[in-house]
Amino acid sequence: MRRKQVLVVLLAVMISPAWLFGAGTVSGKVTYTGTPAKQKTIDMSKEPSCAKQHAAPITTETVVTGANNALENVVVYISAGAPDESSAPSQAVTFTQKGCQYIPHVLAMRAGQELKVVNDDQTAHNIHPLAKVNHEWNKSQPPGTPPLSEKFEKEEFIPVKCNVHPWMRGFFAVLKTSHYAITADNGSFSLPNLPPGKYTITAWQEDYGTQAQDVTISGSETKTVDFSFKAKPY
Amino acid sequence: MGRLFAVILVVIALASAIPIVTHTWYASGISLSPPPDISKHGHAIDEQLSETMIEAGLLFLAAQLVLAIFVGKFADRKPEDQIRTFPGGAKVMVIVALVLVGSEILALGVLGQKAWANVYFKPAAADALQIQAQAGQFAFYFRYPGADRKFGALHPDKIDEGNSNFFGLDPANDLESRDDIVTGELAVPMNREVLLLMHAKDVGHSFYVRELRIQQDFVPGLDLSVHFTATKPGKYEIVCTQLCGLGHYNMKAYLNVMTQEDFDSWMKQKASEQ
Repeated sequence: MRRKQVLVVLLAVMISPAWLFGAGTVSGKVTYTGTPAKQKTIDMSKEPSCAKQHAAPITTETVVTGANNALENVVVYISAGAPDESSAPSQAVTFTQKGCQYIPHVLAMRAGQELKVVNDDQTAHNIHPLAKVNHEWNKSQPPGTPPLSEKFEKEEFIPVKCNVHPWMRGFFAVLKTSHYAITADNGSFSLPNLPPGKYTITAWQEDYGTQAQDVTISGSETKTVDFSFKAKPY
Repeated sequence: MGRLFAVILVVIALASAIPIVTHTWYASGISLSPPPDISKHGHAIDEQLSETMIEAGLLFLAAQLVLAIFVGKFADRKPEDQIRTFPGGAKVMVIVALVLVGSEILALGVLGQKAWANVYFKPAAADALQIQAQAGQFAFYFRYPGADRKFGALHPDKIDEGNSNFFGLDPANDLESRDDIVTGELAVPMNREVLLLMHAKDVGHSFYVRELRIQQDFVPGLDLSVHFTATKPGKYEIVCTQLCGLGHYNMKAYLNVMTQEDFDSWMKQKASEQ
């Protein structure tokens, strides 16, 4: 009888949701030091139907900065120590081609999660994720065709290009963990609902690479983890 | 019966000559005349084309006429009639035909040499504006040397299209490439000679501007060039006319001929965007 009670309690401890113990949060800001490369104006004269969608010409998005040296479009995620996760959410993530530009520029998703690729333009696009770990594919999407549906099974940061419009560039961040965030224009991020434990937090920037920091969460505290990348002028 | 065939032959020959003589072969519902010529050398190409048309047309009509005469005269030959052969036999006939056709082709070549050589055999003037044209699947990009008048070296491993480095420049280490101006449209000042240095990034492509009367292939591994002087301001389409892959149909750019002042301010604008 007593053993059974212990077992039940043990089982409850094992499967109990994080809030039983209080959930921690890791939040912080990603910034840069130095001078980032000047982003180049994109010449879309080849594709007038796209060029006219932009009141002012857009620029490349390799390094997108905000006020106070903030870095946008940085993927911050738990690369080690994350508790076992449920399977990928059934809701799809959407990657849109509009004005010959990828929206969003960096799209994070869970491994195995459905990815929908939408063509909002009046021109044909060619979606070519340059995957190395996952299976590489290359699909044409004429205007007016329904969204493509795909998924990636393995963790990887995948550059995406369009063969018809060479200036188009985006990234898929395929992650095993559900604890990820992409920095906003003020460089901030927040990873909530973390059960107590020791974690490795990794920040990835498409041009500057990755940085990692360890953090220990005990109880329902909020820990601040900031990242700073060294910018390259060229 | 032979006479009837002869008449039909002549009618067909004349009927097919009419649209060519009246220039309606351009009438694809858009234009009744060739696209306007906006280059200094274009008139020579146009003249050569019409000379070729006239010469080939006259020969075509003459051949049809001779055929009609023979059909009319000999179609109704009776079995007992004597078979007549070319004076001297088949050998002489072949030689005569070869000499006739050969001199025709030679005459066209000699006449056309001037139009062709002015573009391809005569080097560009020393002060011609140098622009590099790069063709790659599936877009054209153009590079101006910038204030130092020198093109930075190309490093294929540095090509990063997402970062708009289409040529593979290395501005971090190569000072000459820092002021290079890369654009998606080919802007040129009017009445100034342009030397286009052509470079293929991947497969074969072709640079074709109807109004310039220029069509030149890009060949991977070869440094080719063409030179021209545009004379009329305006925007003209540059299309790839060498099947280069899936996106070939969409491989195009625009040639923008401007006045010198417009060109200078365009250049300034583009330099600030690099």
